[in-house]
Amino acid sequence: MPLLEIENLSVTFPSQTSDLYAVDGVSLTLERGDVLGIVGESGSGKSVAMLAVMGLVAFPGQVTADRLTFEGRDLLRLSDNERRALTGKDVAMIFQEPTTSLNPSFTIGYQLAETLILHEKMDRKAARRRTIELLDQVGIPAPEGRLDAYPHQLSGGMNQRVMIAMAIACNPKLLIADEPTTALDVTIQAQILDLLLSLQRDRGMALILITHNMGVVADTTARVAVMYAGQIMEERSTESLFGSPQHPYTAALLAARPEASDGGRLATIPGVVPGAYDRPRGCLFAPRCAYATPHAAECRPELRPWQNGLIRCHYPLGDTTRDERIAADRRAAPPAAAPEVA
Amino acid sequence: MVRFIFTRLSLVVPTFIGITLIVFVLVRLIPGDPIETMAGERGIDPARLAQLRHEYGFDQPVFVQYLYYLGRLFQGDLGRSIVTHEAVITEFKALFPATVELAVCSIIFALCLGLPAGIIAAVRRNSIFDHGVMGASLTGYSMPIFWWGLLLILLFSVQLGFTPVSGRISVMFYVESVTGFLLVDTLLVGDYDAFRSALAHLILPTIVLGTRPLAVIARMTRSSMLEVLGEDYIRTARAKGLPAYRVIAVHALRNALIPVVTVIGLQVGVLFTGAILTETIFSWPGVGKWLIEGINRRDYPVLQGGTLIIGAIIMIINLLVDVTYGLINPRIRYQR
Ligand SMILES: Nc1ncnc2c1ncn2[C@@H]1O[C@H](COP(=O)(O)OP(=O)(O)O)[C@@H](O)[C@H]1O
Ligand SMILES: [Mg+2]
Repeated sequence: MPLLEIENLSVTFPSQTSDLYAVDGVSLTLERGDVLGIVGESGSGKSVAMLAVMGLVAFPGQVTADRLTFEGRDLLRLSDNERRALTGKDVAMIFQEPTTSLNPSFTIGYQLAETLILHEKMDRKAARRRTIELLDQVGIPAPEGRLDAYPHQLSGGMNQRVMIAMAIACNPKLLIADEPTTALDVTIQAQILDLLLSLQRDRGMALILITHNMGVVADTTARVAVMYAGQIMEERSTESLFGSPQHPYTAALLAARPEASDGGRLATIPGVVPGAYDRPRGCLFAPRCAYATPHAAECRPELRPWQNGLIRCHYPLGDTTRDERIAADRRAAPPAAAPEVA
Repeated sequence: MVRFIFTRLSLVVPTFIGITLIVFVLVRLIPGDPIETMAGERGIDPARLAQLRHEYGFDQPVFVQYLYYLGRLFQGDLGRSIVTHEAVITEFKALFPATVELAVCSIIFALCLGLPAGIIAAVRRNSIFDHGVMGASLTGYSMPIFWWGLLLILLFSVQLGFTPVSGRISVMFYVESVTGFLLVDTLLVGDYDAFRSALAHLILPTIVLGTRPLAVIARMTRSSMLEVLGEDYIRTARAKGLPAYRVIAVHALRNALIPVVTVIGLQVGVLFTGAILTETIFSWPGVGKWLIEGINRRDYPVLQGGTLIIGAIIMIINLLVDVTYGLINPRIRYQR
């Protein structure tokens, strides 16, 4: 049984004029101990999708899914109490801004012990002892002295270590790290990533690493899902995704990496992610895609198996017949039909 | 922290001198002086008037009178009432507990209703409850105290006969003053009928005086809570799996209270102003009513002394509020 199964997960934020599809039909499967990267431009729905898994999508967000299970348990059917017994214990999450993610009015020690007392039913003394161990494990020097410190007295990197300690306090089976290094100094970023990966290895927990940095994904994860405008566009092993990207969007993302530049100008992807009002009827990437055809603009591609992975594209880059089909589709409807928006 | 308190204390002396000067000049701007006012309609023989004025020193230039006044003040002498010849400080001490009892009950009333109302309104924002609380607090805030007091008296005392109209306690009870707070003193001697009477007398004045602080506290709690509920650390608290009541009552409230405490502190000054009106409406024998009578009789020493003591008390309370603020907000504590 997979650890986490997500099928056709959608999160919408209703508004008077037109609902915003923050997440639109995301499907993912994660086995125990897997390390999965989720990449995509900001606003592509990475955070909201994972908040939905945590049960933290705030009102008025609406979460729907054909299937959302953790260890076979249907998360959408659990009572509030049962769901809360899982969150923070078996599934934990850390966030982008460590300093604002910790409560400024309580000490580090209090905030850490709180989780232990809640889920592990420890008394204060035992929780305090365990808190010191945890702080030590995440590489905070002289942990006893830090228990009574407030978040504003620690650096961002230290606070992120505290957040990690809090997340792993109850030995979660899945840790979701939402851009854990984006807000940190470059020198600290690598340390935090190393810490996360070593904890993942030692404890055999599954890790979902959200990032918009392709470089981070390449170094850390075994599998990657590429998200765009609330949808997964491509998912496959990191090696094969970087070796031969199949989706034009993935290829564009890779080309836009600073490492990929040959010293000349950086490649960019023209246009912007569609918002609530200009959501295309067909492929969501069509308005920015070099290979868009009238057919792609009209007809939304399904996420389908492709070369040991999944893809949501009419014309995958590795498809030998794609040039012919693009040409045929462009001929079928004369070029007058510019990519249309719904 | 200690340095902070000293910095604040060093501001006290100039503020004090400012108060004495303003009050001293203002009371003398009211037409008529105490001697004329006491003589009343019948008038007074001009020679006698001049003699009395000379006795009290009112024939000297205001500036000289002020210096004499300051001089006595620095020896700790607030003077005596021109009407009763009782020392101002003695009169104040006798009346102050009544005002404190009323003010404390009003603040407790405002807190007990305002905090929960504000919290629930924020958690259920845009609900009927939220709109109701906001509407009611706007109404409560804009209600003139005089009108509101008379309205309640008409309804509850006159029409329904639920509560007494005026005073602190029914005349049939005599309670030995220990603390000066009737609710406490009646319980100390175990006279429960007297306690009930004192409580019944307190209800309407408490509501009238507490309405404005209640409105302010409810609105402030709501807006502060709304802001805090959107913070990242609230998401963290929920991600830990904490039950909703803990997220709200511990993680959110602790932070939301910081601005509310400041507002409560500022309400203390408002409370004294409100007490003057409320005590007059309900014939509540406190310092507010005393000051109004002082104005009517042009009792300069009472007005000067009373205002000065009240000013001092407000300053002390504001200082205490600032200290509390530092205690509940760790980010302030370490910056001093
Ligand atoms: N509480 C909310 N209300 C309305 N829209 C939201 C809310 N949270 C997120 N969104 C929208 O959902 C989309 C996806 O956001 P997010 O998941 O944070 O993107 P990412 O993490 O990939 O940068 C964005 O367009 C964002 O504006
Ligand atoms: Mg995000």
